[in-house]
Amino acid sequence: MSVNLTLLIVMGALYACGIYLILERSLTRVLLGLMLLANATNLLILATGGYAGLAPLFAKDIAAKDYNDPLPQALILTSIVISFAVTAFMLGIIYRTWLLARQDEIQDDAEDRRVAATPSFDAEDDAEVPAETSEFPLTMLGSDGMDVSDRGASGADAGLQADQPPATVLAGGREMSAEHAAAEEKPGSLNIDPSPEGGGK
Amino acid sequence: MTIASLAPLAVVLPILGAALTFLLIRHTRAQRGVSIALLSLTLALECLLLASAWNGGTAAVTIGGWLPPFGIVMVVDQFSSLMLVVSSAVSLAVLVYATGQGMADGDHDAPVSIFHPTYLILVAGVSNAFLSGDLFNLYVGFEILLTASYVLMTLGGTGPRIRAGVTYVVVSVVSSVLFLIAIAMVYGATGTVNMADLALKLGDLDQGTRTLLHVMLLVAFGIKAAVFPLSFWLPDSYPTAPAPVTAVFAGLLTKVGVYAMVRTETLLFPGDTLNTPLMVAALLTMVVGILGALAQSDIKRLLSFTLVSHIGYMVFGLAMSSAAGLAAAVFYVAHHITIQTSLFLVTGLIERRGGSSSVDRLGGLAKLSPMLALLFFIPGMNLAGIPPFSGFLGKVGLLQAGVELGTPLAYALVTGGVVTSLLTLLAIARVWNRAFWRRPTDAEHPDPVLLAPQPVRVAGPGAKLNSTVTLLPRTMVGSTAALVMVGVALTVFAGPLFGLSDRAARDMLDRGPYIHAVLGDAAAVPGTTAAGGTR
Repeated sequence: MSVNLTLLIVMGALYACGIYLILERSLTRVLLGLMLLANATNLLILATGGYAGLAPLFAKDIAAKDYNDPLPQALILTSIVISFAVTAFMLGIIYRTWLLARQDEIQDDAEDRRVAATPSFDAEDDAEVPAETSEFPLTMLGSDGMDVSDRGASGADAGLQADQPPATVLAGGREMSAEHAAAEEKPGSLNIDPSPEGGGK
Repeated sequence: MTIASLAPLAVVLPILGAALTFLLIRHTRAQRGVSIALLSLTLALECLLLASAWNGGTAAVTIGGWLPPFGIVMVVDQFSSLMLVVSSAVSLAVLVYATGQGMADGDHDAPVSIFHPTYLILVAGVSNAFLSGDLFNLYVGFEILLTASYVLMTLGGTGPRIRAGVTYVVVSVVSSVLFLIAIAMVYGATGTVNMADLALKLGDLDQGTRTLLHVMLLVAFGIKAAVFPLSFWLPDSYPTAPAPVTAVFAGLLTKVGVYAMVRTETLLFPGDTLNTPLMVAALLTMVVGILGALAQSDIKRLLSFTLVSHIGYMVFGLAMSSAAGLAAAVFYVAHHITIQTSLFLVTGLIERRGGSSSVDRLGGLAKLSPMLALLFFIPGMNLAGIPPFSGFLGKVGLLQAGVELGTPLAYALVTGGVVTSLLTLLAIARVWNRAFWRRPTDAEHPDPVLLAPQPVRVAGPGAKLNSTVTLLPRTMVGSTAALVMVGVALTVFAGPLFGLSDRAARDMLDRGPYIHAVLGDAAAVPGTTAAGGTR
């Protein structure tokens, strides 16, 4: 089986450029890289078909080995159609990214960054557990006469956070209608200032 | 005419449905009817296929009149028909759920009307990949389902979805290119892409070429199946998609990759050349995945990490290349598709009811909606492998097979499997304790929806602030409950199912039934377990 060297060198160059391009952060370059990779692969499939023979149109007096292998061409055709669809879709996505963010770069995952920045200390799992975690108020035991029934199980720090922000429509990091906020503003509600991360939403 | 000759309909029917629903794009109600009816029909057909293959009737259908190894072949055996039935049942449940969501929110926008055709094409792609008897058709099946998944992933075109979609598309395309390169090389080396024919011819190649082709195929499928270290893309891209979409992706797409890996390992490259690297990859997938899950506070991200982690169990079963290990892996795939999908569906319900999917903002859901708590608890415990659920049975099967193998690496994997199972329990218990058990006021940033005194009619996440939506529509809860019941049924009927997986594993390791079904009884099957596979 003879191999077309030019074809292979072109293929190698396309692979090299393609891999270089998909490692960029710019989406347009990534798309160009993917197209180069797809075309390099098409050349590879073509190369597996062996030497360039006659067109695979059947004629009685031609021996079977003189024909070109038609199967790789059928495979290439399918793969061209598929990469065409993917390219069109990628262009749509890139355009949408440009509309939304006015930039052509891959964005960071905000939630991923947040999780990475979170300290390993977990307020709920690792905090010191208060001695009294029962749902029954301490008044029943007659300790200090204070009603703590609407404090949470993590009552130790709940008391510190109980100072409410003034009447606002921001609660728990979420914009809400005034009537809901009013319904919220009941004593014991533990809404604290919305954190800048806002739970990643 | 046998039942198996109906197999192509499993691909044709959903595509037909996609065409119909695309024509009916302005009539949402008709669209729903058509897609649910056609998917139910497909499921019924696939149940027939499973029944015909139940006792070991591997059958092949040639398409287009070209005899194998030249034409396209579809192969129905126990494994592929089991996968078809489970995947269609799951996709039907998700479709009903998504329809319920659309009806509850009352949106007739364009992105939702494109949902049905795309979804049906996804199902067709999955069926095609499961049925495919040649490598290139497998590639086409992958591309059909991937292209549909690109659209579903970025449905609505919001910022986070586009960001996640870019990563997903680029990674998927690179894996597809790798797969295509592998196919080209396989064709260059053997002159065929028919898998039964390859099973005969790959044995004649010298060891170096074989290993190269083997590694390339496994890497391409490993990206799709999210095997560590090729799993980084999954937790990044899945959580942002709409709940039903994430659910169906989590259930089906990675399992198609696992399915392709199983076929590669058993049919194309039998023997144990790459078992050690695969086992190490399985161990790392399990442990690294679950450690990632423990760090998350968003339930969807947490579940995405457990998804990656539990892929490790399947790769573990596969890497042992013993009948017991493979049978447990087959059972585990069926179990995991159902459980992981139901958990994501429940998370969608949690997000509707509690206004958020972050455990920092949730609390008190068990009191607000005991039904929701039950729906989360059952698959959660099932995933963690608590007896008597199917997750426990699958894991016990894997651990038994590992102990039978008895090598130090197998024991390391058995230990890793137990640790992963316990850590999964920890992750699930943390979600349970925070989202369901504690009072909403104890949350770090409690969601106002949970604190409102009359939370029955407030704005849900999918609707505009001024519109009112039903928080837990009956259709959505019903379809989730149905899927959870399927998960429980896998436990109840675990005996027959394990019998089926056992026969499937034996047939796959034997390779004879597959090759004879495709190439006719005259084909000489090479030695079954010999590493060289000489004819």
